[in-house]
This record gives sequence, C-alpha cells and structure tokens, in this order.
Amino acid sequence: MSIEKTEDSNFEPLIVAFCCNWCSYAGADLAGTSRLSYPANVKIIRVPCSCRVNPMFILRAFQRGADGVIICGCHPGDCHYSTGNYYARRRMTLLFSMLDYLGIERGRTRVEWVSAAEGVKFSTVMNEFSKTIHELGENKKLRDLRCKEFLD
Amino acid sequence: MYTAEREMTENVLRISNVNTRKCMKCGKCSGACPAFDKMDIHPHQFVSMVEKGDIEGLMNSKTLWSCLSCFACVERCPRNVEPAKLIEAVRLSVIRKQGENRLKADDIPVLLDDELPQQAIVSAFRKFSK
Amino acid sequence: MQKIGVFVCWCGSNIAATVDVKAVVDAVSHEPGVVYATDYQYMCSEGGQSQIRQAIKDFGLTGIVVCSCSPRMHESTFRKTAISAGLNPYMVEIANIREQCSWIHKDREDATEKAIILARTAVAKLNLNRPLTPGESPVVKRALVIGGGIAGIQSALDIAEAGYEVDIVEKSPTIGGKMAQLDKTFPTLDCAACILTPKMVDAASNENINLYTYSEVEDVSGFVGNFTVKIRKKARSINADICSGCGVCTEKCPSRKAKDEFNMGLSNRGAIYIPFAQAIPNVPVIDREQCIKFKTGKCGLCEMNCPAGAIDFKQQDELVERQYGAIIVATGFKPISLENFDEFSYSQCPDVITSLELERIMNAAGPTKGKLLRPSDNTPPRTMVFVQCVGSRDTSGCGKTYCSKICCMYTAKHAMLIKEKYPDIDVHVFYIDVRTPGKNFDEFYRRAVEEYGVNYIKGMVGKVAERNGKLLVQGSDLLADDQIIIEADMVVLATAIEPDESARNLATMLTASIDTNDFFTEAHPKLRPVESPTAGVYLSGVCQGPKDIPETVAQASAAAAKVIGLLAKDKLRSNPCVASSNEMLCNGCSTCENVCPYGAISYVSKEIRSAGKMEVRRVAEVNEAICQGCGACTVVCPSGAMDLKGFTNKQIMAEVDAICR
Repeated sequence: MSIEKTEDSNFEPLIVAFCCNWCSYAGADLAGTSRLSYPANVKIIRVPCSCRVNPMFILRAFQRGADGVIICGCHPGDCHYSTGNYYARRRMTLLFSMLDYLGIERGRTRVEWVSAAEGVKFSTVMNEFSKTIHELGENKKLRDLRCKEFLD
Repeated sequence: MYTAEREMTENVLRISNVNTRKCMKCGKCSGACPAFDKMDIHPHQFVSMVEKGDIEGLMNSKTLWSCLSCFACVERCPRNVEPAKLIEAVRLSVIRKQGENRLKADDIPVLLDDELPQQAIVSAFRKFSK
Repeated sequence: MQKIGVFVCWCGSNIAATVDVKAVVDAVSHEPGVVYATDYQYMCSEGGQSQIRQAIKDFGLTGIVVCSCSPRMHESTFRKTAISAGLNPYMVEIANIREQCSWIHKDREDATEKAIILARTAVAKLNLNRPLTPGESPVVKRALVIGGGIAGIQSALDIAEAGYEVDIVEKSPTIGGKMAQLDKTFPTLDCAACILTPKMVDAASNENINLYTYSEVEDVSGFVGNFTVKIRKKARSINADICSGCGVCTEKCPSRKAKDEFNMGLSNRGAIYIPFAQAIPNVPVIDREQCIKFKTGKCGLCEMNCPAGAIDFKQQDELVERQYGAIIVATGFKPISLENFDEFSYSQCPDVITSLELERIMNAAGPTKGKLLRPSDNTPPRTMVFVQCVGSRDTSGCGKTYCSKICCMYTAKHAMLIKEKYPDIDVHVFYIDVRTPGKNFDEFYRRAVEEYGVNYIKGMVGKVAERNGKLLVQGSDLLADDQIIIEADMVVLATAIEPDESARNLATMLTASIDTNDFFTEAHPKLRPVESPTAGVYLSGVCQGPKDIPETVAQASAAAAKVIGLLAKDKLRSNPCVASSNEMLCNGCSTCENVCPYGAISYVSKEIRSAGKMEVRRVAEVNEAICQGCGACTVVCPSGAMDLKGFTNKQIMAEVDAICR
C-alpha cells in the first residue's frame, strides 16, 4: 500500500489487536465458533496477558503502517494474573495521551475488556473499531517513510 | 406508565436523589418508624409505590403529613434507600403544585373575614403568591 | 537459520470452504526459513500427525507452523506430535485460521489473504523461537494447614491418610475452631461435639499429623513445592511434655476475672485455663495479662499445686522454621462486631445475644449447663425473638454486603431446638428472605414452621428497647402490613460472619489475594474453587467465602486431594514460558520486583564481568518455579533486561512487522 493510496475511497485499514490468552483470545475464538463476523483487516496477536503489551509494540505497529491498534484484556478484577490488566490500563492511558500529543488521533487506539464469554462483544467492538478507523482514514503520522521503500 | 406519571416519578427521584431499585423489601424502615400507626401508606410501601410510579396516590396520602422526618428509616435502612427523602420529595411536589392554582389577588376580598388580622392576610398573600 | 515446515489444515470444509489452502501453501513456502509446506484434510487426525512426524524427519525441521484451529484447541496435540518426532514442543506455532479467519469471513479472497498473513506471522515468530525446557523443582513432601477448625482438621486428616506428613498451625490453645463451640448441627441435629471431637482425637493421634497449637505463622517464603515457613509457638507457660492435663491448676487459680472466650464471654475463667473439656492438646495455658503472678510477682498457686511440676513461668516464645511442599489456608471466620447496630441494644441489654452466644447457652457444657436462661437474671424466657440478616446484605456501610449463608438454617435450628425442649416458649423469627438451598434444608425449615409452630414474620426489626425487665421488639410485618411490638424475654441476633482478622496479614505473607471483604479469592470461581491464584496455596472453609459445615468439609477434602496430587510428584515441571533477566543489562532498579504479582523476582548480588573487569552488581533474578509468565515485568524494565520466554519482545515485534508488511 503506497502513500498515494490515501485518497482512495477503497481504503482498507490495517488493525492490530493484542489479545490476552485467557479472556480476550478465547472471546475471539468464541466469536469465531458463533460465526459472528468482523472485518478481515483485524489481525490478532496472542499475548499471555494485556500487561505483556509493551508500548513499543504499539509504536512499532503504527510505524509499520497500522491504522489502528486495540488491546483486549480480561475485565478488571478477572485477570488471570490478578493485576495484569490494571497495569495495562495505566500504561495505555499514558501512552494514548502521548500518542494524541504526537498527532495520532485518540480513536486509533483503544483498550477493551472482553471476557472469554463475550464473543458478541468481541465482534461488536471490532466492527465499531474498524468503522472508526475507516472514518479516520489512513494513518500517516508514525510511518517510517525511509523503510517503506525497502519493504514494498 | 403515562408520560405525566413518569414525569412526576422522575421528578420525585430527582429531588430526593434516591434509587428505589436498591430496596430489597426487608421492611426495616417500617419496623423502625415511630409514626407508623399514623400513616396510611407505610414507609416500605411508599418506596414500592414510587418505584411503581403511583405518585398521585402518594400525594393524597396522610403519610406525607404524619412523617416526622426523624430519619429513623434512613438511619436503619441496610441498603441506603432513604425512604424519608422520598417522602420529603413527594411533600415538596405537593407544595410546589399548590403554587400553581393559588388565589388571584382579585379573589381575596370575597374570602376576607373581618376578624382576620391584617398582618395574617399580608403574610399569607406573600407566602402563597411566591 | 530455522528449517520450518508449514502444515495447512482444511478442517474438512471448515477452513477449505472459505480459505484457498493451496494459495496459503504457495504463499508461505516463499517465507524466510520455510523449507516445506503442505496441506491436509484433517491435520489433527492420526494421518495428519504422521505426515508432520514424517516431514520433521525427512526435512530435518527445526520448527513447525500448523495453520488450523485455535491454539486453545489443538496446540497441545501438535506439541505432543513434535515431541514424538524428537522436536522441542515449544518449536510449534499455531496460526489460527479457523476461529479467527474462515469462520468469520465470507469473502474467499479476503479470508485467503488474511490466512496468508496469519501464517506468515506465525512463521516470523517461529523464526525467533528457541527450544524451551520446563524447569524442574523438587517437592518437599510435607503440607502445612493454617487453622485448626473443622476445615483444617479434615484437610490434615485426608492428607495424613494418604501417607504424607502434615502440620496444623492453630493460633488458639486448642484445635476445634468454631464448630467446637456449636451445640447441634443442622439439618440432622446431631451434636457438634459428638462428630467433631473424634476427628480432633484422630488428628492428635495420627502419627503423620503434627499440631502447633497456640502458634502463629510469622513468615512465608519460597514457592510451590518448597515453602519455608516461620512459626511462632507462643509461650504457654506450661511444659506440655510433662503436663498430664489433670486440671488442678485451673481449679486453684484465684483469678476469675477473665471472660471465657470459648463461652463467648458469658462466663469467667481463670488466668490458667483449658478452653474446654475435650480440648486438644489437653494442656492448660496461662493468660499472662490476667495472671496475678505475672502482674504482681506474688501467687504461683498453680505451680505449688501442680503434681507434675509442669508450670514454667519463664517459658519463652519459640520460633520454628520448616519446609513445606503445599499450604492450605483454613483460617475460618468470626461474627462481626455489632457496634454499628445500636438499634438492637446489643451492648446495653444482656438478654440481647448473638446466635453463637445462644449456642453456648444451649450447650450442656456451656455457662448455664444447657438450660435456656436469660443472661441478665438467670430466669427462663417465655418469648424469644430471632432477628435474621443482622449485618448481612447491608450496603449502607454498617455491615457486610454479602449473604452470610448459614444464618437462615441455624436460626431455624435454634427455633426448632427451643420449641422441642420448651414447647411453651413463643418463638418469633423476623426474616427478609429465607434462603435454604441444600439437601434437606428447606424441609428442615418448613418443619420448624409446620411441626413446631415457629412464627416466621416477613419483616425486619427496627428497634429493641428494654422496659421493666422485658425487651420491646418493634418490627414490621410486611405481609400483614402492620407494625408489631413483641414483648420478648430474649432476642437472638443472627449476626453476619466475616473472615478472621488474621486473613489479611496472612494473604500478604502468602502473596495470595483477598477480596474487598478479606475473603481469600480462588483461582477460578467455578473451575478451580479450592486453589488460590498462587501456586501451591489452597483454600479450605469459610476463609474463601461463607459456607456451612458439609460444604466446608467437602472443600477441605477437595483441597487435600489437590495437595496430595501435588505431594505425589517428586519433581514439579513448570511452564517454561517465564520471564528471564539479562544480568548484563539489568541496572538493579527493583521496578520489576514491585510489579510482580507473585513475588517471583528477587535481587541478588552477582559478580559480573563488565568491560574487562569483575564487579559486584545487584541484579534481578527470576524464580522460574514461581513465575507464571504474565510479562508485567518485561514492560516496566527500563533497561530492557527483562524478557518473557516464548513471547519475547523480538518475537512480538516480528509478529507486528509480519502483520503490517
């Protein structure tokens, strides 16, 4: 996808979702088993816990051309590791305000709590998020333009 | 629930800032109430009726004027429902409503009684025309 | 460089109908490291697995990617396949192209494209995988049970029965706990002592069980399979080895001011005392705050009269340190304080009592020798009122928000027992709801109403006041829409229960978690109800949540079964996906130590060669047996020294890159 494509009306966003192994990944599986569709541009990365998500991963995703990043974890109080999602919540609050400052719209980043039983919620969240990113358009701010040539 | 009824209920809930859904119908309010015998609608019923939306019925009840506002029910309620605040809110609704159909100044002379002190007439006029 | 094999599963038509599996095979075969790619109808079937095994051998694969269903489904299957072909199980990656692709997308082109991306993401991660071996740690074949009530006793007996040694630490001078104080038990009405004391004797006489009574846990360190626990044996001031338990000392003691805790303060005891006749061990203890000898230096009557010469005023607290493989928490409960419930006049009127106090009054060994008498004037009551939900289901902040669960049943029990013994007494029960789920429970409650004529009143008591020696109980009768005043002689409050006050401190020591009410939290509310989230720590009894005796015993045995399962192993294999610290990079800041929910990280001084010379540095060290692999530490590490095996920074970065390519 090259930069010129930005104005293309067929813009298909690229969304990276980090899902914790115990709740959200299982929630995504449940969405699958229940055949609840969400856009194909959502790609899931499995992590043991939402607190494993290093802010660097998110920056990297934006740098490499992701248009939106979402982090899903267990509901507060339900974390498999007791407190992991609390750390994630605090970290992401700070990171998102920094990204906002850098010019990456708030809507491009999101934290959601999805339990293993919430297949419906997973698919609704992904549909909504994808729609938001669609409206925001392509993200150009953090893209490393020098690397881009080599990668294409 | 009719719109008017709903409006009245919402008004009472807003004035009192009480969430009637928290009530678990234990009846401790009625168990603690020192004015229970003077009431036609008892504190626990009062809460249920507000939840049901029957404000009209509450506005005509004796309870409004027999409640001592001692706050025993508020103090004892294990769920923080605060029935006394609801009673106060309905009482206020009644008082506010009275303002709507108060007497016009022209209607007063007919009702005047010679025995009535001037001062009482003036203060009553002030009070009810606010 | 890895040699990777990619295996794309059709899952019948589940995947193949929406994903062009051939296209996936073609696309990934050009990925770096991939030397072999194929597809098959059912990868998880024996045929599919043997294909994988064959390919591992034929191509000398160092890792495999299986594009199939969710790893939650078949990751372990394919790991076993890898092991059987001589491959490290952690060199297996799953690309989830069923649940997260073929089942949710309808467009074949989109789904195929996504499947290719997911496959190459897995390949990118696998390129950075390293073989991992689970750590092994030895298991100390001894268990510790904290709390010597019915829960602790049952757990200990079960573990001892299986042939393992077990220690019980009990903070009071005797084991038995709250159940020893009860008179009868519902719904069978058999006497608590008759069923409990034999168990206490069993525990004391079992050679695998060691009792530390009048002792408390002071410190816990270590991890599952190998805990080190410091136990403080408080000074009893008695030489327990030579004491015969004759009880002469307790009779001779001139001090009678102390409230008897066992009788809920309804009678007094001496400064030297045995809590109750069947106490185990049957050894007295000196209450040093009450003892005249300790207060003034003069007395020593007990010492003079002891035929065995067992009194030892100079005895000191003793600290014992022992190793345990597993710990069971069975700290139990206590009734809440009623200071926030002045409307019931509990503090003013002696005839307003709690249910546990009534148990003592009803008990043949209690302060009234089993006669139902009013504490104020020792006269028999004519009218009794029971009030349920005192402090339970209370969100106003005065009591507890939860239902204490046992009160409905014991109130029915009390009412029934009183009616049976004294049919002339009028018994009224104020209830909000009667909750009696359980085998023969509702029948029991109905029997109290129908056969014994207990008067159940739907409503709550608003006020209790004393007048002319009577208690005026003012409450509501909601079904009759009435406010009633009952002239009662005794009022019994079904007081809410709360965890023992030691729970909070103990939870910190064990790094086990407790909820807002100080109940220990279980690892999973449904599927792991007797385990705490901390490995090797198990929960038994009311310390986890309100429960009655049958449930407590069931949970105690369940916890024991878990412990036996643990102690039966010689070595523990741990999940190898744990954090590890690069000591060359570690700057010793302690941040990781602070965020670790398990206390798995400690700091050690290590000699490290840096820039050609040796220097001693303070570096983080992860205990692999404790670490559960959440990764919280990896993110906070400012120097990037901490990483998580199996989910390293580089691996996740590679996944991000592969997705965003």
